[in-house]
Amino acid sequence: MDDSTVNIIQNTAYLVASVLFIRGIKGLTHPRTAVRGNLTGAFAMLLAVVATLWGEHIVSGWWIFAGLIIGSAAGTFLALKVPMTGMPQMVGLFNGFGGAASFLVAWAELSMSIDRRAAVEEVAGVVTQTAGPANLQFMIAIALSCLIGSVTLFGSLVAAGKLKELSFTFGGKKYWMSDSILLPGRHAINGLTFVLAVWLCIAVVMNPDTTLWYVLLVIVAGVLGILISIPIGGADMPVVIALLNSYSGLAACATGFVINNNVLIIAGSLVGASGLILTSIMCKAMNRSLANVMFATLGPSADGPSADEVYEGKIKATSAEEVAMLFDGAQRVVIVPGYGMAVSQAQHAVRDLANLLESRGTSVDFAIHPVAGRMPGHMNVLLAEADVPYEKLREMDDINPELEQVDVALVIGANDVVNPVARTDPHSPIAGMPIIDVDKCRTVVVIKRSLSPGFAGIPNPLFAMDHTLMFFNDGKKAFNELIAAVKES
Amino acid sequence: MESNLIMLLTIFVLAIFVGFEIITKVPPTLHTPLMSGSNAISGITVVGALVSAGAGESGWATCLGFLAVTLATVNVVGGFVVSHRMLAMFRKKG
Repeated sequence: MDDSTVNIIQNTAYLVASVLFIRGIKGLTHPRTAVRGNLTGAFAMLLAVVATLWGEHIVSGWWIFAGLIIGSAAGTFLALKVPMTGMPQMVGLFNGFGGAASFLVAWAELSMSIDRRAAVEEVAGVVTQTAGPANLQFMIAIALSCLIGSVTLFGSLVAAGKLKELSFTFGGKKYWMSDSILLPGRHAINGLTFVLAVWLCIAVVMNPDTTLWYVLLVIVAGVLGILISIPIGGADMPVVIALLNSYSGLAACATGFVINNNVLIIAGSLVGASGLILTSIMCKAMNRSLANVMFATLGPSADGPSADEVYEGKIKATSAEEVAMLFDGAQRVVIVPGYGMAVSQAQHAVRDLANLLESRGTSVDFAIHPVAGRMPGHMNVLLAEADVPYEKLREMDDINPELEQVDVALVIGANDVVNPVARTDPHSPIAGMPIIDVDKCRTVVVIKRSLSPGFAGIPNPLFAMDHTLMFFNDGKKAFNELIAAVKES
Repeated sequence: MESNLIMLLTIFVLAIFVGFEIITKVPPTLHTPLMSGSNAISGITVVGALVSAGAGESGWATCLGFLAVTLATVNVVGGFVVSHRMLAMFRKKG
């Protein structure tokens, strides 16, 4: 076969792969087609890889196959080993690897281009002729791959560290990565780093005969990725994870421009778009703009009521026995999980209680807020792992109108997403955020370790309402006690 | 060369629009699988990595290419397997 025939077949395979990627992503957005969508995507990837190996005549080079085998083994091992509770950081980590691969490819291409240009100069004679200006598209794409890829890698590493609740000690004090870490003058530092990164991008483009600027750009873009992610705390993580997902797609896209490859551009754009859509779903669920999530800090407004004013003398603590008695007369129970359920790994105990109540004729539903947890869909994954049936997981908008008929709402480890202040106080930091209206249920039981505020840092008047009972306990222990109490009664 | 750039840009812009058009309403249960599945697809960089590593022009470029192939493959394989695990979990009760 001559080269042009090979080229045509290879590019046709890429076209088929692109179409399959589109079908795959579309499939992933519908419950009935999701499994097939994922497999379609995997098959498309296989097709693209085989077409590349064949079309580029890559049959020798054991290191390439070594890379493929090591990567497949490591990927499969990690993916099968990770418990569902570790899913957020695993997805974050994989995402970072994609970004890293993008800037490594651009680096390799730049280094090869330098060698080729040097060879041209040698042949032509240094004095009489130079290699001429480098291809501008190539150099710009190289710089962008580097910038986006490195931001994605280091941003994802920080995000994964936050999701894994890593801590570090600095100056004798212990810090949790999951806290929002605010450097003094961070807007100025971030701004300067960004300007420096852009300047280095230009330097990379203007100096096609050295990798010096490229290496500097990897470092500075990495610092930028870290600086952008460290201030993001707790409840804002789903937004950042979705955004980094989008970046990894755009990084692949930029690499496509480097090597003039359509399938990279198409697949990368699809991921970029889907990541942005998820990001905007997450932002809408908090009624905040992306800029607000990324650059502003949530905090109690100065004129807001203090915790003492809201809670004093109005908090009613309860016990497992009392809640079990409430269940006796209840026809409908709704469980509202939040990040606290993930922390105490209470999902199995929660399911056991739900099954127990159902066996006694009580209907039990789960009300899931879109940003509950630390990644998009976090609660759904945890509850599905615990074998809670799919149709029991109800969306916020779907279940809110029914809450007035609910006898007992059981809130576990959720705070801001059930704070009625979002509806009532236009000056509150969470004003306008859609919430699960548990305050409309006949009785609300809140399982929480203390009265400490949620991520927004404001007191929750729900806790002080007449029909609210506080069950101060760890999530998992609380549910186990409830199960025991219900069985006894 | 200019016409090639325009062609790539055309493909890029159209693909972005296709992406926004095909993803309409995503039920929350699928947020995580969509994220990890699309994340695996972003590992398409593996194709670029194979091209770089396969060109075999210099030791350094090959070394970078090898690293890129490995990382991108972890991204691809890990992403698809994780998504499949999650989706299987949803399905067995569905």
